[in-house]
Amino acid sequence: MVTLGQYLIVSGLLFTIGFAGVLLRRNIIIIFMSLELMLNAANLSLVAFSRFRLTSAGMPDYNAQVFVFFIITVAAAEVAVGLAIIVALYRARQTTHVEDVSSLKF
Amino acid sequence: MSPVLFWFFAFVMLVFGAAVIINRNPIASALSLVVCFMGLSALFMSLDAFFIGIIQVLVYAGAVMVLFLFIIMLLDLRMEERRKINLVAVVGGAGVALAFFIQICFVVGQLSAAQKTFPPLVSPKTDDVHSVGLLLFTNYNLPFQIIGVLVLVATIGVIVLSKRELR
Repeated sequence: MVTLGQYLIVSGLLFTIGFAGVLLRRNIIIIFMSLELMLNAANLSLVAFSRFRLTSAGMPDYNAQVFVFFIITVAAAEVAVGLAIIVALYRARQTTHVEDVSSLKF
Repeated sequence: MSPVLFWFFAFVMLVFGAAVIINRNPIASALSLVVCFMGLSALFMSLDAFFIGIIQVLVYAGAVMVLFLFIIMLLDLRMEERRKINLVAVVGGAGVALAFFIQICFVVGQLSAAQKTFPPLVSPKTDDVHSVGLLLFTNYNLPFQIIGVLVLVATIGVIVLSKRELR
């Protein structure tokens, strides 16, 4: 049988892939996709916790699924705003490379 | 769900997730992300969360990915030209990510609930759209309306940002 720990490890591995993408890639759009990967890894562990912790009625704990619903909504809004910022940046600088945008770098 | 299917979908999800950050072509990355989210949605369904699985396909594989592909088309991004990579930064970043994963494995190993197998449901028919909707409109009514305002603010923000000149 599949255990809770296996779901958590898979979720952690997906989060690590997203984390590595944010750290290693230099293209803003790819960094943005890696952020989505990290959000979805968190969703996977939330849904796993909801299924493995039954309520007294013997059903999955739906509070976690409501939380996942909110995360998906916020992520969709975040993608729309972020991509608009990328378009504005491209208009100003003609680049999507993070090393070309260093005015705020300390 | 049988372990074979679980490992198959987990493998598909992780391989295409890795392809997202390995591909040099942004379009290939976006399409790998679609396949990755399909695998993730199958894992959600293996956890009896059918509503979340369907939402995942509709919102991510549908709407968000179209938005990504549309922006890639709009900016006319081609294959990234190879730049000189900073070896110290690459090794450092990979090391930090690896240390993070080892830490997660350590924490999951310590967790006593990690050995838990699937507890049987009272009835195999999980009416999850009904249950999630009921919670959303009773216990979580205020957050739900705040989320509505947030989406409105995001819409207005996108319109302001995409005007020709920002003042």
